[in-house]
Amino acid sequence: MRRVYMDHSATTPVRSEVAQLVTGYFTETFGNASSVHAYGREARKGVENAREQIASLIKAKPEEIFFTSGGTEADNMAIIGTVMANRDKGKHIITTQIEHHAVLDTCKYLEGQGFEVTYLPVDDYANIDIGQLKAAIREDTILISIMHVNNEVGTILPIKEIGQIAKEKNIFLHVDAVQSFGKIPIDVNEMNIDLLSASGHKIYAPKGIGCLYLRKGIKLSPLFFGGSQERKRRPGTENVPGIVGFGLSAELAGKEMEVEIIRLTGLRDKLINGILEKIPESQLNGNRTNRLPGHVNVSLRYIEGESLLLMLDMKGIAASSGSACTSGSLDPSHVLMAMGICHEVAHGSLRLTLGKISTEEDINYVLEVLPEIVEKLRSMSPLFNSMEIDNREECSTCTLTK
Amino acid sequence: MYTDKVMDHFSNPRNVGEIEKASGVGEVGNAKCGDIMRIYLDVEDNIIKDIKFKTFGCGAAIATSSMVTEMVKGKTIDEALEVTNKAVAKALGGLPPAKMHCSNLAADALHKAIEDYKKKLKSDSYN
Ligand SMILES: Cc1ncc(COP(=O)(O)O)c(C=O)c1O
Ligand code: FES
Repeated sequence: MRRVYMDHSATTPVRSEVAQLVTGYFTETFGNASSVHAYGREARKGVENAREQIASLIKAKPEEIFFTSGGTEADNMAIIGTVMANRDKGKHIITTQIEHHAVLDTCKYLEGQGFEVTYLPVDDYANIDIGQLKAAIREDTILISIMHVNNEVGTILPIKEIGQIAKEKNIFLHVDAVQSFGKIPIDVNEMNIDLLSASGHKIYAPKGIGCLYLRKGIKLSPLFFGGSQERKRRPGTENVPGIVGFGLSAELAGKEMEVEIIRLTGLRDKLINGILEKIPESQLNGNRTNRLPGHVNVSLRYIEGESLLLMLDMKGIAASSGSACTSGSLDPSHVLMAMGICHEVAHGSLRLTLGKISTEEDINYVLEVLPEIVEKLRSMSPLFNSMEIDNREECSTCTLTK
Repeated sequence: MYTDKVMDHFSNPRNVGEIEKASGVGEVGNAKCGDIMRIYLDVEDNIIKDIKFKTFGCGAAIATSSMVTEMVKGKTIDEALEVTNKAVAKALGGLPPAKMHCSNLAADALHKAIEDYKKKLKSDSYN
């Protein structure tokens, strides 16, 4: 059976150049980067080279990059580390309602520790209002944490504008760039970013490696205590194979970015147009153009996402959904809810995310298979047979959250 | 995550559809995750001659709906009333814990359809 992977926002395969390099660091260049002997020195060289590769992708200095176990740790470290080191200056944090749980749950935790958090609402396209951000800033605001690209709907947030405001007000800006790093341009100076989180497994490096960019001179309390690795900001023997893999994947992502953006935008738009054309009562979630290349999120009304994913899987297609039934907690996606999408429509959401391995044939295959599956599920749906236009009104009043 | 039995009923659901002029119709919805199950009955001489369902929900919701129709087709009303949500889940070889409460409502939909049937019987006898 044909297999099509369309879940690159969840994770990506390790690219072969990276896998090859990493393997060498498992078996041959296996030294502890802190050791004085040749094994150690070789490992150290790999780590420092990776630091340069990553720094140069976002126009940072190598000494501003700190390796972590991934995006989640970088988010925790950035937010907790900054507010703890600056609690004498204030206790207010600004973030958005659509952040990844690595940010949201960290903020919730800090609320329990006496900090105050403003969660900015978003519009129908999952974008914030700059006026609302300005209005939310207080005398005691110490940190703004806003993601660059939303993982569920692909919206690109206006980080440069946000950075300008943060700079004027002298507030630190943390950006969760896990979904944008290596995919669209980032310049930490031009965008006035003080801290930034990135993760390897979204850009063809192994899982369990990531980094925090920390602008020189910014105080940060560490989360971990131990050795002096990563200049004591993040103690623990370095994950050398992961680090060198992440470094190479970042370098290659930078080299290929321009071409990939054009290619993935074309495939994305073909997929979006095809779905909206072939499937009645379907809608795009998020903005048509202001979205990550390769990121598609649609809602197919009258059906539920998990059953859709199971049927796609039977046809070899891997995707994901913001349906309550797939969330484990049985709550629908907090991002779709924040966008004001009603429960029923969120239920039928489907995220298809493209990447390096995606081809035009993949798109064609999905466009061939998806309409049949939707039709089959709709034929089972009690909501579909009574499909009249006034049904839509019923929906817009039902579980609307804003 | 799902048993083979669940996947079988999900991918080849039995008795999907509606019954025109049904003897009874029952619908349950789950407020939390938003799924809806509807069951249609055709009852003759106290026996479920035909049964159909329509479901908006996850794999488990579709599989339990399909399973319950299979379990009671040809059975008497009293026998059908004895089928529980738990029995449906068991017949499917079990459901993931998270789905036990949310999606396992097919027997409830069936019982509602029977209630509806009984109500209609009563009102008919008045006419
Ligand atoms: C926006 C965002 N932030 C953080 C993370 C967490 O990254 P990691 O899986 O490396 O911990 C993810 C990954 O799903 C993400 O999409
Ligand atoms: S229908 Fe929502 S979990 Fe089953």
